[in-house]
Amino acid sequence: MCLGIPGKVTRTFEEHGVLMGKVDFGGVSKQVCLGHVSDVQVGEYVLVHVGFALSKIDPEEAGKVFTFLEKMKQLDELQVPSP
Amino acid sequence: MKYLDEYRDAGAAKKLADAIARTVTRPWVIMEMCGGQTHTIVKYGVDRIIPEAIELVHGPGCPVCVTSLEMIDRAHAIAERKDVIFTSFGDMLRVPGSRGDLLALKSRGADIRIVYSPLDAVNLAAANPGKKVVFFAIGFETTAPPNAMAVWMAHKRGLKNFSVLVSHVLVPPSMTSILQTPGNRVQAFLGPGHVCTVMGCEEYVPITKYYKVPIVVTGFEPVDMLEGIYMTVKQLEAGEHRMENQYSRAVRHEGNLQSRRLIEDVFEICDRKWRGVGIIPKSGYKLRYEYRDHDAERLFEVDDIETQESTECISGQILRGLKKPHDCAAFGKRCTPQAPLGATMVSSEGACAAYYAYGRHLEGRGIPRCGKTESELVQIGGVR
Repeated sequence: MCLGIPGKVTRTFEEHGVLMGKVDFGGVSKQVCLGHVSDVQVGEYVLVHVGFALSKIDPEEAGKVFTFLEKMKQLDELQVPSP
Repeated sequence: MKYLDEYRDAGAAKKLADAIARTVTRPWVIMEMCGGQTHTIVKYGVDRIIPEAIELVHGPGCPVCVTSLEMIDRAHAIAERKDVIFTSFGDMLRVPGSRGDLLALKSRGADIRIVYSPLDAVNLAAANPGKKVVFFAIGFETTAPPNAMAVWMAHKRGLKNFSVLVSHVLVPPSMTSILQTPGNRVQAFLGPGHVCTVMGCEEYVPITKYYKVPIVVTGFEPVDMLEGIYMTVKQLEAGEHRMENQYSRAVRHEGNLQSRRLIEDVFEICDRKWRGVGIIPKSGYKLRYEYRDHDAERLFEVDDIETQESTECISGQILRGLKKPHDCAAFGKRCTPQAPLGATMVSSEGACAAYYAYGRHLEGRGIPRCGKTESELVQIGGVR
């Protein structure tokens, strides 16, 4: 139910005084209410729930887990037991 | 798709599962709060690539499941009126009340329509001035801003023929209710990522301090869940109990302030009855007095409908983490998604329905687990 799908904002416009937009989900485009992320720019990614963008996706934060895993891998390589 | 595929990567999942295995030294019971998280765990076999010492129990975070039986009966009573167009998200239509489900009522001629967004229901009201359009506004805090926006917009556009049947529920009171249950087994929580995109993380900090439990706000993909479990286990092993945010790409500490302001404007907190659990004080939203003209319960006078639940169903204990689906004699036999006895079987995000969908009801009967689960297990790093 609390499903949230990330998509890319491709266009913004106003309807009944509320910010709306087109959001692309891997090739499928839907009309989405952007009234809760009113500072969003075209090209940014948002998390969409029942036709509403609830949050902008932070690209820097999104990469952190993979940076962490890379560091962990380097640490593992350092700990190879000596012969 | 960007921000989805990389969080389903088998290599990353395996590395995190290995990190969890290196960290854990003794048994822990961790509850994931969201139905979406439960679904991910069972679909990808997340619980099967982590050490057996970590038991994942499945929380009450499926709003379709916990919407009370009598609220569904109220929806039924409204939807069967000739002057009403009843609108809802699709997953509510199959949930049986004591008088059958809304889909069966639709097949008998009632005007019941599935909408993708609550704003579709508002537009339907504008296009059908001779009809009363009612939207079934259920959900946790995640769905509160869309539903609040629909009411606010209908009010602003003067659409007096639009109303909402509100059955909103809130996560923090259900969490404290679980922690106060006699015999509670839950030692830490994977917090509800999407609820926190709206509400932020602040309200979970006092719970971590008072009950001394770690809460890690967690996302919904396998890599998210494994990282959330890793962060939780690190805290448990170190004897710590803090609020942490794994899902930082979408969740800000303060949440979405625009959304929170709108919720505050349209809704106020009330006691709410949860299917399988009962009444939890201050655990729901209802419309504020200023929006009473859009309150379907008041307009259609259905608030006196009350219903009793099945006594055989153990969903109340499952939702509190005391039992698992296999502990129920009816699971997969007298109780299936086609004929559910109670809360945790009614929606695909309920623990029993998720176990059933991925073949876990067949385990222990000499029947191999269904191919889908096996192949997906292999995809994210192999069976333990």
